[in-house]
Amino acid sequence: MNKSSLVLPFDRGGAARFLPWLVALMVFLAALSLAAVMTLQHALAGWDESLAGTITVELPPIAAATAPAIPASAKVKNKIPAAAAQNDGGLSSALAVLRATKGITSAEPLSRDNVARLIAPYLGNALTPDDLDLPQLIDVRLDPAAPPDLAALKANLLSAVPGASLDDHRLWLDRLFLFARSVEITALLILALIGFVAVLTVMFVTRTGLLVHREAIELLHLMGARDRYIARQFEREALRLGIAGGLAGLALSGLTLLALGHAAAAAEFLGDAVNLVPAMHLKGWNWLALACLPLAAGLVAGLTARLTVLATLLRLP
Amino acid sequence: MSSFPAMVRFENVGMRYGRGPEVLRDISFGLEPGSFHFLTGPSGAGKTTLLRLIYLAQRPSRGLISLFGKDLSGLARRELTPLRRRIGIVFQDFRLIPHLSAFDNVALPLRVTGQPESKLRDNVRELLEWVGLADKLDSRPPTLSGGEQQRIAIARAVVGRPSLLIADEPTGNVDDAMALRLLHLFEQMNKLGTTLVIATHNAALAAQSGRALLHLENGELTPPSPPEIREVAAS
Repeated sequence: MNKSSLVLPFDRGGAARFLPWLVALMVFLAALSLAAVMTLQHALAGWDESLAGTITVELPPIAAATAPAIPASAKVKNKIPAAAAQNDGGLSSALAVLRATKGITSAEPLSRDNVARLIAPYLGNALTPDDLDLPQLIDVRLDPAAPPDLAALKANLLSAVPGASLDDHRLWLDRLFLFARSVEITALLILALIGFVAVLTVMFVTRTGLLVHREAIELLHLMGARDRYIARQFEREALRLGIAGGLAGLALSGLTLLALGHAAAAAEFLGDAVNLVPAMHLKGWNWLALACLPLAAGLVAGLTARLTVLATLLRLP
Repeated sequence: MSSFPAMVRFENVGMRYGRGPEVLRDISFGLEPGSFHFLTGPSGAGKTTLLRLIYLAQRPSRGLISLFGKDLSGLARRELTPLRRRIGIVFQDFRLIPHLSAFDNVALPLRVTGQPESKLRDNVRELLEWVGLADKLDSRPPTLSGGEQQRIAIARAVVGRPSLLIADEPTGNVDDAMALRLLHLFEQMNKLGTTLVIATHNAALAAQSGRALLHLENGELTPPSPPEIREVAAS
């Protein structure tokens, strides 16, 4: 004898029993897509931040036998060891040009140990940089407030060390951004598609419900029930079933994301060389956005059910 | 046609489903407020279709219908809702909602119109007591007999104190004693001012009541044939 008890048992309408499962699946896929988009955005911001304001100067390789051995801990400041300066492949000249240029805060040659760490994932530890004819690299930090004129710097470097080149990572970063943006747009399209499929599913389930309860709906209509009263019966049930399914889907996607996060953390043992793999680190507001998905699913289900019922009722006189 | 305001007025009404033949042809009649009519006729004569037109489940294919003095052809869809709330219907197949209790089924027309729970409770109980189902308030229709279901259907039709009560074979599933008791209920409602139209193929019941008859044959209103009247009188 409860007024709030529903007159039409929507969830007994066959197809409606599957609604929570379908919504759960869609929220699961939507949560993964959304998490992928947000993770990618973090990764892009991280890459941009870490690579902006740095350039790499590359000097032509010198014979491995005559290369100066620069220990990892050695910080080359203003003086190059005299023995190395004799035949350092233009390293000292390049450093001198770089350090004399305004807008450069530091210029450090990459030590053999660092180079060894960079090539280790690809070539293993059997080969050392001394075994290979590798170019010499100088890591250059720029003053973000007053960066140098890169074209002029390049010309100066070339005149000091023929064959020197300057890489501002822009090309690489631009391509990476383009790729990441494509992935992001694809994920957003998948999200939109999931929303569209959700609407279609609820529409069909509601139509089935309307067919199953056709007589009861006509009865209410003939008693003088307004269309919105009948629509509310379906809307409330669809909202409830949508949220229930959405919560199940969210729980499942949460577990999946945590598992992926652990997998990404496990991959970090490979070191900095592979830290381009975006880690599944979601921030607080990201989790909040994901938590809103069940509510969004419920609202989509409720609204779709309401509009479907109202449109169908218009066929009654 | 006379110009007095009628509770129900049909003028040359015809009705067909889709492109099929007309199931009702040139139906014209008027029911005065407070009148009590039996609608008789053999199965398939169009009784249920005529009732559906009166209780606004269908629009006619042609002709004019007016209810409570309002021409339906000039009314928008949403303007029919207040008219529907003034009509009580007893369906031939009861149309009770199986998962709702007897109480909730009877309370439905009041809840649909937004009547507060505190107001409707006594009304519904009283009515269920009156039809002899005071001990079945919480029973669900599938657990009740056909006669009990029919009484719930009647209680639901009258709970809103309708101005017009339409009943399609309301005594079809009850024994003679209960049929007379229900007829007595209808008589009482009529005395209180409700206009009644009761479709029945129980010609004896119709004759016994001494009320006016609307007789349908092959989709047309005709006066009942003398042999039929004699049969009715004899039974």
